[in-house]
Amino acid sequence: MDVLPIFASLRKHRIPTLLIVMEIALACAVLCNAVFMISRRIGDIHLPNAIAEQEITTIKLRGTDPKLVTSDIPRNLAALRNIAGVQAAAIASTVPLSHQNWGWSFGLTQASSVTDQNNTNVTLYFLGEGADKTFGLQLREGRFFNATEYADSTVGNAALPTTHVVIVNETVAKQLWPGQSALGKTIYSGPNYFTVVGVVADVLRPFVSTQNEQKSYYATFYPMAPDPALGYYILRSAPADRDRIMKEAVQKLQEINPAAVATGVTYESMRDQYFANTSSMVWTLTLVCAVMLAVTAFGIVGLTSFWVGQRRRQIGIRRAVGATRGDILRYFRTENFLLSTVGVIIGMGMAFAINLYLMQHYELSRMPWYYLPGGAIALWLLGQFAVMGPAMRAAAVPPVVATHSA
Amino acid sequence: MFGYYIDIAVRSLRRNKVLTALMILTLAMGIGASITTLTVLKLLSGDPIPQKSARLFYPQIDPNTLDGYVADKTKPDTIMTYTDAMSLLHAHRAKRQAVMALTQAKIVPQHANDHPYFTDGVMTTADFFGMFDVPFQYGGSWTADDDESRAPLVVIADFLNEKMFGGGNSVGKIIRINDHDFRIVGVLKHWAPQPRFYTQGLAGRDYGDGDAVFMPLQTARSMDMGPQDTECFASVTDVQHLETAPCEWVGLWVELDDSAAVAQYKSFLDGYVRQQINLGRFKRSDTALLDVMGWLSDQQVVPDDAKLQVYLAFGFLLICVVNTVGLLLAKCLRRSREIGVRRALGATRGAIFTQFMVEAGIVGLTGGLLGLVLAELGLLGVRHEPAEYASLAYLDIEMFLLTFVVALVASLIAGLLPAWRACVMAPAPQLKAA
Repeated sequence: MDVLPIFASLRKHRIPTLLIVMEIALACAVLCNAVFMISRRIGDIHLPNAIAEQEITTIKLRGTDPKLVTSDIPRNLAALRNIAGVQAAAIASTVPLSHQNWGWSFGLTQASSVTDQNNTNVTLYFLGEGADKTFGLQLREGRFFNATEYADSTVGNAALPTTHVVIVNETVAKQLWPGQSALGKTIYSGPNYFTVVGVVADVLRPFVSTQNEQKSYYATFYPMAPDPALGYYILRSAPADRDRIMKEAVQKLQEINPAAVATGVTYESMRDQYFANTSSMVWTLTLVCAVMLAVTAFGIVGLTSFWVGQRRRQIGIRRAVGATRGDILRYFRTENFLLSTVGVIIGMGMAFAINLYLMQHYELSRMPWYYLPGGAIALWLLGQFAVMGPAMRAAAVPPVVATHSA
Repeated sequence: MFGYYIDIAVRSLRRNKVLTALMILTLAMGIGASITTLTVLKLLSGDPIPQKSARLFYPQIDPNTLDGYVADKTKPDTIMTYTDAMSLLHAHRAKRQAVMALTQAKIVPQHANDHPYFTDGVMTTADFFGMFDVPFQYGGSWTADDDESRAPLVVIADFLNEKMFGGGNSVGKIIRINDHDFRIVGVLKHWAPQPRFYTQGLAGRDYGDGDAVFMPLQTARSMDMGPQDTECFASVTDVQHLETAPCEWVGLWVELDDSAAVAQYKSFLDGYVRQQINLGRFKRSDTALLDVMGWLSDQQVVPDDAKLQVYLAFGFLLICVVNTVGLLLAKCLRRSREIGVRRALGATRGAIFTQFMVEAGIVGLTGGLLGLVLAELGLLGVRHEPAEYASLAYLDIEMFLLTFVVALVASLIAGLLPAWRACVMAPAPQLKAA
């Protein structure tokens, strides 16, 4: 198709041309960035977490008497195991995505002090006996803790447990000892040291880092005998039993610990709550994108319709001198394609600039290159779709219009 | 004359209902989205204590070792050790000063059958209430002597008083917090500054309901109530006795009336730090003394998502305005004949221009009205969001007015180009064509 007549006609209608190009460029720039933000957030929401998320229910018990934990915890666990449908029950200091973090920095040499900048800050999960199985931790290397290790470890009033063994996440193992097996290696902090006996598939921390996905997995696990630091009862059951088990467990713990406060939640809804803000942002962004595309499409329909109206006679003449309906249709579609092309080229530049600005002022990463052509294709398609209606109306102009006086 | 313009404008807008509806709807959506996000941003970045925010300051010092220290690049810590905070408190160098930490307080209900529950508690010192203009419904604050004697006294929030005592005067009554008896000395009126500036750095919530109980810090600590956040800068063997541990867990606020007092306090703070360096306790000499708004922006209390949403909404509004320009222009150019006739009959360029601007203004105001409805719907949506500030998202009168200003300005900008095109059109060719 010859594009020269199109250029000639566009040059005569500079302002509407400019408006369509601007609208497409703006839409392209906003779309690329919004879709990028949406995909980042969806990535956060779906961060993998190597525990049996669908089968876990957690009951947090607070306000107990710290002096009685050695008798209370075994008694509570025994009561929980008696609930029908509970396959396993254990206690831990915290659970992934609970916001309750116990963190500490470790170094790789004996001399490492707490404030050493080269240390790695990790989450400490204290596990009561059986918590490995109840969580469904997946062992990649080494072994889980044995009964003696569980029995010999407490934390009491200190910041670090008395044990000397630790299990680490795969990410921690790779980060601290790249290219080597982590088994038998040691992490240090002051007089405390812990030797790695096992490596597990990545479990999330109590909070995730939105800037650095790696850091969301900086977690380590320690064995622990009944201790005031342990407050999360973990129950494993078939997914269908979770809600009933949660109610019964809360009731039972409240009954046998009248001075304490028990709150229960299935792990699945704990995860949903953690990401609730993120997913509402995803919905907001999606809604705005959809409305924005609709507005852009309406704009194209409006301006093209006006154009068609203005050029009825011209179209009639073309039809009279032999142009087919298909030719007319193709004319408007090509015209829109050209406008869209200019629009998306400018738009991609703007999208890139906006991304750079946001990277500087907000903790946003660089947009991968394929978002730009992706946005371009979306707007090309949108343009072609929007121009369909007016183009069809143009094609329907009968040749006889040419004979009407202007 | 203006009435005549409005009459023509309405007629013209009626002639092409779909196009008019499209313009109004587009503009309304852009305005609705912008006002919704702006309202949220305004709410989040507001001044929590406007009458006093310039007179309240947050001193910061830094007890860390020199590991990783870069002179002039390292900010002092956000919270303090108990030792330092109490020394600064007892120095009484400001008009008022209070040390604070947050805790989870277990409340045991009055009725034997009810379960205990946890609520947000503040452990602080006597000046807290006077310094932050906290309004009392009944009773008042405890005294500095009560702080030192570790008296088991408590100030409770209105909502807790409502829940436990049906809202009556409960001063003098006893409530059980963390298995200890406390005597109520004061009941607050509703008090929930947004954002909660005094919880920044102490691991509290940023927005939402106020705290439920306020207890003397030393009293609460003598009953083993722990702070929400503890940051240790040396290895510790005992995190139970935080008062002596190398850990930071309290914040200090001071009230300073004028810039002279601020300068004086800053030099006092620097002097204190120098003294600690000489004693070998401190290694770093940096200090800071930010006021409420400075501290809030330092802590980046406004979530990035709220700012990004405003950008997005204004990008969207821009698209909507461009779109309205396009549609208005299309409408205007279609009426070149009418313009030609009016010009030939003696209408001046100014008259044509005014008439088109009136038309754009009508579109704008109608769009603004509809945008207001959409903004209300948007805020209804925000209130159903899970964010902690969600329940506060209401349109205020300023935003209501801003809606119309934004709508009118947006539409007049959109109308400028078509109006200019209309008024420069030469009348003769248009008449001939007709």
